[in-house]
Amino acid sequence: MKHIRTIIAKEWAEVFKNRMVILMLTLLPLLFTLLPLVMLSTMGNAMGDIEGAAADVPAGFLSACEGLNAGECMQIYLVNQFMIMFMIMPIMIPITIASYSIVGEKTTRSLEPLLATPISTVELLAGKSLAAAIPAILVTWAAFGFFLLALPLLGVSAGVRAYIGGPIWLLGVLVLGPLMAIVAVNFALYVSSRVNDPRVAEQISSLVIIPLMAVLFAQLAGVIIINTAFMLIAIGVLILADIGMIYLGAQIFEREAILTRWK
Amino acid sequence: MIQTKDLTKVFKLGKKDKKEIIAVEALTLNVSEGEVFGFLGPNGAGKTTTVRMLTSLIGPSKGTASVNGFTLGKQDRDIRRTVGILTETPGMYERLSAEMNLKIFAQLYDVEDVAGAVKKYLQMLGLYERRADPVGSFSKGMRQKLAIARAILHEPKVLFLDEPTSGLDPEAAKMVRDFIEGLKEHGRTIFMCTHNLDEADRLCDRIGIFKQRLIAVDTPQALRQQLYGRKVVFHLRELNPQWIQMIKVLPFVDQAEEVNGKLVISLENPERDNSEIIRMLVSAGADILFVGELRHSLEQIYLEMLHTSKKERQA
Repeated sequence: MKHIRTIIAKEWAEVFKNRMVILMLTLLPLLFTLLPLVMLSTMGNAMGDIEGAAADVPAGFLSACEGLNAGECMQIYLVNQFMIMFMIMPIMIPITIASYSIVGEKTTRSLEPLLATPISTVELLAGKSLAAAIPAILVTWAAFGFFLLALPLLGVSAGVRAYIGGPIWLLGVLVLGPLMAIVAVNFALYVSSRVNDPRVAEQISSLVIIPLMAVLFAQLAGVIIINTAFMLIAIGVLILADIGMIYLGAQIFEREAILTRWK
Repeated sequence: MIQTKDLTKVFKLGKKDKKEIIAVEALTLNVSEGEVFGFLGPNGAGKTTTVRMLTSLIGPSKGTASVNGFTLGKQDRDIRRTVGILTETPGMYERLSAEMNLKIFAQLYDVEDVAGAVKKYLQMLGLYERRADPVGSFSKGMRQKLAIARAILHEPKVLFLDEPTSGLDPEAAKMVRDFIEGLKEHGRTIFMCTHNLDEADRLCDRIGIFKQRLIAVDTPQALRQQLYGRKVVFHLRELNPQWIQMIKVLPFVDQAEEVNGKLVISLENPERDNSEIIRMLVSAGADILFVGELRHSLEQIYLEMLHTSKKERQA
């Protein structure tokens, strides 16, 4: 555990001196939090106009609208699309950190002395994963907290606020987001240990966002409805994926190949 | 302290063509406790691969080795815990301070008094005043000093130094050499890869000449004798060719010849035989200006051995 803490402290000391990471940690959450707030605010001012559009809400979603009027139902349907934003955050931020993690050490030649210490592969990967995932998760939670606090100030109705503060969003942001962050970080670390250029590592690692975008578009098209059952299934799948990724990460991290194939 | 038997490393180049490169071939070696062992060889000879194997960074393809009593491949973490390594390039965390760089490694090596060890070595290597500065602002010499501090923070019994003075200016190189001498005095076992033959001659108790396989291993003095024997140079005011013939017949003289106007005599034991030769030359009328032993540089030995090895391989 001591070694893991040391790696986390080292990664943070390095990473937080990187302007790109600081920008990513501030701008992305700001943008992804302000977008739904602006949308809710705009909708609140034009409630009469959007009530008519409520008929376009997919039938499967209507069960979430119980006790709400048509305008509020449309509001929660649209704001639901932004829940994906709060899941993109814990993926995008750690990818920037983790994808640089191993390949960055290769380019600065600091990996060899690090691997020459008694640290185990599991400790090294755990330290690097946590160092990338923790800030992203905390920033996402902070952004979500800010989002919740801003809702009453924008005059969002109690019914809509109750939905956003309800189980679907809470499971999405508090559970699913961190689980996705772990998958993303492990994937980024795997890519980082296999390539020789930090930019390539980041670009390839970004591919992990594709399944999430697929969910977004499927939801927009009404193919899937994000409800509590969907969330629980997604959580189950991601727990398995996380276990698999962590196990695989330790198995395929070849110290020798990383050191000797690096040019 | 370091023992290897038939240690071999083969790198596979491609999965399809199954091409292989033998980086280290059947290395059998013993390095004793407190010894400074110089590992000499040209670029690409396999020196760094050997160091990487002995520090458990990479595994051998064949053969066995033990370092500090721990078996390679079985007790790798113990080996890494008890050895220090100075890699070919310092590889520091450029954005972090010198102090932070050392602190990280002290913690990873489970040093008990992290702050104390960091302070001690920063002071010892003259970096304490710059401890808070980012390593990115350091000169090459300072980085090398910091890398040495990092390698010995945990007081390892065995230290592997890969080109410790490579690329350093003479002052920094001297400082590093003095430091290594200090470590030697403290009884540390040092395994040093170097291209600097003068440095190896001065610092190492024994040297191994290596190119994929061990070509020769002994003390620099013994290697000189093995290759060239012992030669004494007589500087005479004038050299009479008859004197050469006169000396050649002496039973203890292996060879006598004129080289650049000087009389060069190969002897088995100059300390015993020099006085008799001097007496003989003086009585023959020679005016002796100076007598000294002809000392071949380690560079000559090294090149000769590599050349012989190449010829043997070709044959």
